[in-house]
Amino acid sequence: MDINVAQLFQTINLNVIMPEIILSVLGMALLLVNVFIPSKSKTYLVWLSLIGIVLAGFTTVTGWGSNITSFNGSVVQDNFAMFFKIIFLVAAGLAVLISDQYVEREECNYGELYPIILFTTVGMMLMASGTDLMTLFLGLELMSISLYVLAGFNRANVKSNEAGMKYFLLGAFSTGFLLYGMALVYGVTGTTRVAKIAEIVSGMPSAAGNTMLLIGMFLLLVGFLFKIAAAPFHMWTPDVYEGAPTPMTAFMSAGPKAAGFAALLRLLLVAFPALKPEWSDLLWILAVLTMTIGNFTALRQDNIKRMLAYSSIAHAGYALVGLTAANSTGTSGILFYMLSYAFMNIGAFAVIILVGKKGEPNGTVMDFAGLGRKHPLLAVTMSLFLFSLAGMPPTAGFIGKFYLFSGAIQEGYIWLAIIGVMNSAASVYYYLRVMVFMYFKPAEEEFDWVTVSAPVALSLAVSAAGTLIPGVIPSMILQYAQQAVKFF
Amino acid sequence: MSNILSVMTFLPILGVLLLLFIPKESKGVLRSVALATTLASFAVSLPLITGFQTNAEFQFVENVPWIAAGPFAMRYNIGIDGISLWLVVLTTFIMPISVLSTWTAVEEHVKEYMICMLLLETGLLGAFISLDLFLFYIFWEVMLIPMYFMIGIWGGKNRLYAAVKFFIYTMFGSMLMLVALIYLYFLGTKAGITDFSLVHFFDLKVDPSTQTWLFAAFALAFAIKVPMFPLHTWLPDAHTEAPTAGSVILAAIMLKMGTYGYIRFAMPLFPEASHQFTPFIATLAVIGIIYAALVAMVQEDVKKLVAYSSVAHLGFVMLGLFAMNEQGVTGALLQNLNHGISTGALFLIVGFIYERRHTRLITDFGGLSKQMPIFATIFMIVTLSSVALPGTNGFVGEFLILVGGFESSLRWWTIVASSGVIFAAVYMLWMFQRVMFGELDNPKNQKLLDLNAREIGLMIPLLIMVFFLGVYPNPFIKKMTPAINKIVAHTRIEPVKTAKAAVPTVEDTAPHAVPTQSVNPHASQPVAAPASH
Repeated sequence: MDINVAQLFQTINLNVIMPEIILSVLGMALLLVNVFIPSKSKTYLVWLSLIGIVLAGFTTVTGWGSNITSFNGSVVQDNFAMFFKIIFLVAAGLAVLISDQYVEREECNYGELYPIILFTTVGMMLMASGTDLMTLFLGLELMSISLYVLAGFNRANVKSNEAGMKYFLLGAFSTGFLLYGMALVYGVTGTTRVAKIAEIVSGMPSAAGNTMLLIGMFLLLVGFLFKIAAAPFHMWTPDVYEGAPTPMTAFMSAGPKAAGFAALLRLLLVAFPALKPEWSDLLWILAVLTMTIGNFTALRQDNIKRMLAYSSIAHAGYALVGLTAANSTGTSGILFYMLSYAFMNIGAFAVIILVGKKGEPNGTVMDFAGLGRKHPLLAVTMSLFLFSLAGMPPTAGFIGKFYLFSGAIQEGYIWLAIIGVMNSAASVYYYLRVMVFMYFKPAEEEFDWVTVSAPVALSLAVSAAGTLIPGVIPSMILQYAQQAVKFF
Repeated sequence: MSNILSVMTFLPILGVLLLLFIPKESKGVLRSVALATTLASFAVSLPLITGFQTNAEFQFVENVPWIAAGPFAMRYNIGIDGISLWLVVLTTFIMPISVLSTWTAVEEHVKEYMICMLLLETGLLGAFISLDLFLFYIFWEVMLIPMYFMIGIWGGKNRLYAAVKFFIYTMFGSMLMLVALIYLYFLGTKAGITDFSLVHFFDLKVDPSTQTWLFAAFALAFAIKVPMFPLHTWLPDAHTEAPTAGSVILAAIMLKMGTYGYIRFAMPLFPEASHQFTPFIATLAVIGIIYAALVAMVQEDVKKLVAYSSVAHLGFVMLGLFAMNEQGVTGALLQNLNHGISTGALFLIVGFIYERRHTRLITDFGGLSKQMPIFATIFMIVTLSSVALPGTNGFVGEFLILVGGFESSLRWWTIVASSGVIFAAVYMLWMFQRVMFGELDNPKNQKLLDLNAREIGLMIPLLIMVFFLGVYPNPFIKKMTPAINKIVAHTRIEPVKTAKAAVPTVEDTAPHAVPTQSVNPHASQPVAAPASH
């Protein structure tokens, strides 16, 4: 690479990566603090992490409207990156809040958890703001490696170990694809800068006929599609989601999925818009496959974590509908949906944590029997999340789906939208099933009184607000999502 | 008061907030607050009748921007015309009665039950007053949630199945409608429409082949709600399992959502397609009338019998709507109200005996008239109104529907449907005879108490309406007529060869651009047909 070192340092603007710096420094500090403060309770780490996350969020928001590149154009601070950063921070914040009670119950209360969550967040942020294949890769690896650790965090638990191992092996495999794709794209275009790739590809007389470029692009796609759990690269999801500690499952389902979409959006719409006919057909098929496989497998699940794992595959499919459309309606729909999904899905997992018992002996839908009678408030909150996941108005989940499918219809993908809404109707069944147990069936065994710690209560309140309020007044978030995708 | 519709619609939400702060042990207070809220909502809705100007315009309109992002603009646009006026009042009228009917029937989770009832009222009213397609869709979906819980929590033995079936069926239909709605919107944007307001879309000329698909999607969603044969199978389950108040609301108001959807949305938005589908829908309606009547005859469960009678009655309403002339549509809309009153009353009556005997099987009864004379009298009146005896409300509606049907292209369908009137008399009167007359030989029935003051009190308004609508329906019809004429004129398709059809308002003279009469005086200019797609 022909990068002049002196020139490189001139282009560095640390403000661009200020949120990342805050979280990294805080993460490292917390690692030390954890060692030197011999407190058994780690709740103070929750609050410290939260302060850092809020601070990072504040720094992010203040930059809204700017468009600054740094590090010689390999990292950018634009609305798109900032919107996604907020999504990651929301996911991280909620994950941190719901972790404490869980790890204490499962006796895996190691303080390293919180720094690792912060490092994952930094990785995801780099994926959203990276405008160079190398930055994207660095972000992806930082995120993935941290996630492998988080999946296997409950080291005394066999299932958690299995989840970590499985995720690591398959993830490493997919990273291989990704790197190979990057190498091929670099081979054709001679650059790793996303903007330059776009220039060269659109200037090529027959980009679509260049087999090496096509293979490179598709391999790149494979790497990211793996992260968002799109079919047919979804096989790892159910096992990892089921085995990982529940708060980490929640985090994994919301954050990295959004990060994968951030990278996909930037690559496809900035680097390869010239090849749209090629990739949109492929995404059409993948969207249908992902939605259908996710939903129809979820119908048959009894284990609630597995069910939500398949449902998260289906949700990746809905978002792929927006990506296939690739217009501002669809892409802003993805942004809105990923944010809503973070709220509603992590909220649902928070309730699962509360209802679960130590070691999660069965963790099935049946555990929810009678919740509506014993804990009406908790059950109402869970219902809100489930209705939102099912896409019922007036929740954020409905508005998100409305924009995703509208994007497809606007581009003339009527059948894709029809398959999408049919899937959505089918999904209602398994979400309702949880409610059937909560409200319509008596508890089989006496419910232990569910204790709700302060952090979890806060996370539930925030998630519920984040699910309901954007459903009633969506403009306040949609307008930012619209601004964020303006540059495509 | 300019925002009378909003106040009426969202008063129940206020009631819900109030209920949240009342401890669940004080059931009496909970019930009273719910009743007071529904009564207040009814009171607020009364000025609608007096203040309604007898013309075809939308009135009491409130129109403010709501969502604006991307290609979409949704408005909080509400208002009523002659078509929705009576449905709105019917809703606010039935709700206090339903709340009162559950005074003793629901003892468990009174708080949650009342919250569901009030949320349901907001959903129903909202759907009737929405003049923005998106807003309508929101309310249309929202009303499913409380109904689902009402059936599932307070329902009968088989309530799980019924609740889930109800939800999935209706959800399935409305999802396709959503796609059609978005598609229609994008067609509209090509013709310069900038928001979801319904009135803009009336003037949008959609080419007939596209209309076919869009109409099919809308019609499916509404047909499930009506419900039309063969999509009616969720209804007997839902009705049978739902608690009394649930059945009353379902029959009296929620089913009207389907027929209302046809007359408000599907038919005027897609007039060519409506004509194209007329024989098909009329056939299904007639099959529904005959089939449901035959099935009702052999029911052993009184509630199921009434449920099937609903399917038959709604078949008549559909026939009247698709006659597409003034008499037919007037009859259909009147029958909508009549069905709400009569069938609502029937479900209440079934509820009364179920509360006393905890059975609804016809064979468990017999000779009740000796033991419960007041009940017998009321039951008789309601039964006769349900079989459309002259002098009761049912007669006026059914008569107008049949007249309209004979005058339209649906003459043969109407002839067959007329036999349904006889079948209705057969199953209703036969059921009445078996339940009320004969030997009072069952010892359990010999101890039955007649209706108490509360029960009589909640039936009286319904009985008054039975006779009022039966003897003097004019005030009702008068307010409806302008709106009906407007829609009938809008939906009418003049043959292309007549001179009138050659009105040169539309530049595009492609064969698909059959000009329908421009019936919206406030629409400034006709929108050109969208480009081919």
